[in-house]
Amino acid sequence: MQQLISLLVENKPGALMRVAGVLTSRGYNIESLTVAKTVDPTLSIMTIVAEVGEDGRDLLIKQISRLVNVIKAVDLTDSRAVRRELVLIKIYVEEERRPALLTEVEIFRARVVDASPKAYTIEATGSPDKLNALIALLRSYGPIEMVRSGAMAMARAKQNKLPVPSYTEAALSEG
Amino acid sequence: MAMLSGAQILIESLVREGAEAVFGYPGGVTLPIYDVLYSHPLRHVLVRHEQNAAFAAQGYARATGKAGVCMATSGPGATNLTTGLVDALMDSIPVVAITGQVPQALIGRDAFQEADTFGISRSATKHNYLVKDIGELSQTVHEAFHIAVSGRPGPVLVDVTKDVLLSNADYSDEQEMEPLRGYRLTDDPDPEAIERAVEFLWRAERPYIYAGGGVISSSASAELVRFSELLEAPLAHTVMGLGAMPTEHPNFISMLGMHGSYAANMGVTECDALIGLGVRFDDRVTGRLDKFAPGAKVLHVDIDPAEINKNRRADLGLVGDAKPVLRLLNERLAETRTTLGRERREARLAWMEHVRAMKRDHPYLYEESAEEIKPQALMRKLDQISGGEAIVTVDVGQHQMWAAQHLRFNHPRLWQSSSGLGAMGFGLPAAMGAKFACPDKTVIAIVGDGGFMMSLPELGTIAANRLPVKIVVMNNNTLGMVRQWQQLFYDKRYSEVDVASFPDASLLAAAFGIAGGSVTDPADLDDALAHAFDEPGPYLLNVQVTPEECVYPMVPSGGAVNEMILQPEPEAAEAVAGD
Ligand SMILES: Cc1ncc(C[n+]2csc(CCOP(=O)(O)OP(=O)(O)O)c2C)c(N)n1
Ligand SMILES: [Mg+2]
Repeated sequence: MQQLISLLVENKPGALMRVAGVLTSRGYNIESLTVAKTVDPTLSIMTIVAEVGEDGRDLLIKQISRLVNVIKAVDLTDSRAVRRELVLIKIYVEEERRPALLTEVEIFRARVVDASPKAYTIEATGSPDKLNALIALLRSYGPIEMVRSGAMAMARAKQNKLPVPSYTEAALSEG
Repeated sequence: MAMLSGAQILIESLVREGAEAVFGYPGGVTLPIYDVLYSHPLRHVLVRHEQNAAFAAQGYARATGKAGVCMATSGPGATNLTTGLVDALMDSIPVVAITGQVPQALIGRDAFQEADTFGISRSATKHNYLVKDIGELSQTVHEAFHIAVSGRPGPVLVDVTKDVLLSNADYSDEQEMEPLRGYRLTDDPDPEAIERAVEFLWRAERPYIYAGGGVISSSASAELVRFSELLEAPLAHTVMGLGAMPTEHPNFISMLGMHGSYAANMGVTECDALIGLGVRFDDRVTGRLDKFAPGAKVLHVDIDPAEINKNRRADLGLVGDAKPVLRLLNERLAETRTTLGRERREARLAWMEHVRAMKRDHPYLYEESAEEIKPQALMRKLDQISGGEAIVTVDVGQHQMWAAQHLRFNHPRLWQSSSGLGAMGFGLPAAMGAKFACPDKTVIAIVGDGGFMMSLPELGTIAANRLPVKIVVMNNNTLGMVRQWQQLFYDKRYSEVDVASFPDASLLAAAFGIAGGSVTDPADLDDALAHAFDEPGPYLLNVQVTPEECVYPMVPSGGAVNEMILQPEPEAAEAVAGD
């Protein structure tokens, strides 16, 4: 099954290698991994989607948690966390089908970010499911190339709770 | 504040962190460090192979509980360290490894003796560093020691580029050390958890304690003994745990697991409450997991949360350091002994008697011989010499298991074995490290004829330092443990296990300038041992033992621990006699 993991890590050399190492040394395939700095530039948040067996989920989180650079590791697989992904799609589409295409793009709240005589480049964000639907649709218009960012996830804010000073940790905790 | 070079800062930082000895081997990029060592009081022990620097550092660490320090140059020096680091990781031994790295400007250009030490050591260490800024050197060394010894101990590697070693910066002993944000040590369990554990314990009629290396790391021997006495429960040790409870203690049963005693393994099979303390339910202990302690509820205490529920689901998991946890438990056990503790006491005493009876009725068996020295008989002799007080390091193989079965340990930190990794070549260099740490203790390295040859060059270190370690080679002319598996599970198709061309021990020792000898006849064994142990300096004793002898009991790999092979098949015994 696909496990969704969110990690707050120190923004230090080797942190990514260590986290990835825990997964790869167990033979888990990483479906996607995103990482970037948080509001506090000394920290980063990583979102990982990996193919992990049901038995291995809990252990994996604990083994990642014990890495010295990892401040917090959370399993968001079964949570209501907000999941988003960005995709860039280059689509080769004939002149006469372009208006129809633009309508579809509109429905998905995607945008054309580059246009050339032969192709459009479309940018879309959304849940992985929504993007899959968009991609399937666009394929019916012509050949596509695409780049996906992989999922990013953020736990939902707790109700009746103000932002805590350690906002980066709060981003990981479940509401 | 003083202006120091990176190499000086490194050495001063090591001293500041309490390093007493560094086991190392120099090379191109570590020249600046060795130039500092040339006139520095910090003791450096020149080993003959970097792997042995890591093992010796472990020998020091296992004997003292303090971090052992090893050092190697870039490239081949660093890669040679790795086995020793993985070994320390598997057995949770604190080691700080310092490696030199090529200058920053050359990193990534396949420079001479460049290796990706940071990458290679990632999975060989608890944590590792690549220092490219002299401003971070002192802090990094501090962190390395802290991480190595705290929590669940382990090896930490610090890779330092040559330009950092050569540049200069201010250094002062008293520096503000930043906290490690992602490294949190476990708190003691809350009183509620302790209360639940106490209830769990008193509810048991057949409690059984299974204690391992975590108890030794935590210096919790006294607490462990008291715990077992309060609960009136029998106790078995893992290979790593030997010595935590004195072997002679009436509650001590034996080692459990693949070559554990009948009583130790039956105890675990029959108990209704298994209390795992500083253990990780390793497959060599549990055998077939679903048949391990099948009727027991499990209380698991470990400092590493990742160990709880890893292999065996715990009915109650307590995350914490063994010493404070046991203290808290003992306190409450003592208070509730005459109340809660009275209810099932009869049953518990009967159980204790039952396990003790199994121990009495099923000692480790072997046939005595007047013609050949039996390996087990050799271990018994060494046990008499040690009297439970010597530091004993072992290598990996049959001799290791016989030593574990037959030697007594009155204290923790006397027994050293590469247990998790099972790295041949460990015993001899570990003994060196132990001897440097404890010059007043008798240090015996019991090694196999195979493993001895892997650590052979260290006779040079032993000779150069006149290190009075006693090396006892249990020579069965074979890679015994592999041969045993081939005998029992591969139809006696003995493939590549014959290492009979063992050198003449007295000539070999003499070539290194140390004393040595061989013994073959059981009648000469006492004299040979007396001679070896009377010699004030190091001694290499080659003891020729029965070649075809198997370690029993044995739980076949993947089998249930109560389905031990207790003795050789009659047919196999004949083959032994016929050879
Ligand atoms: C570095 C390494 N290589 C291989 C092994 C596999 N192995 C385990 S025990 C053993 C035999 C050891 O022979 P010896 O040192 O003579 O000890 P004995 O079993 O005869 O007591 C071998 C080869 C190992 N544990 N470590
Ligand atoms: Mg041998």
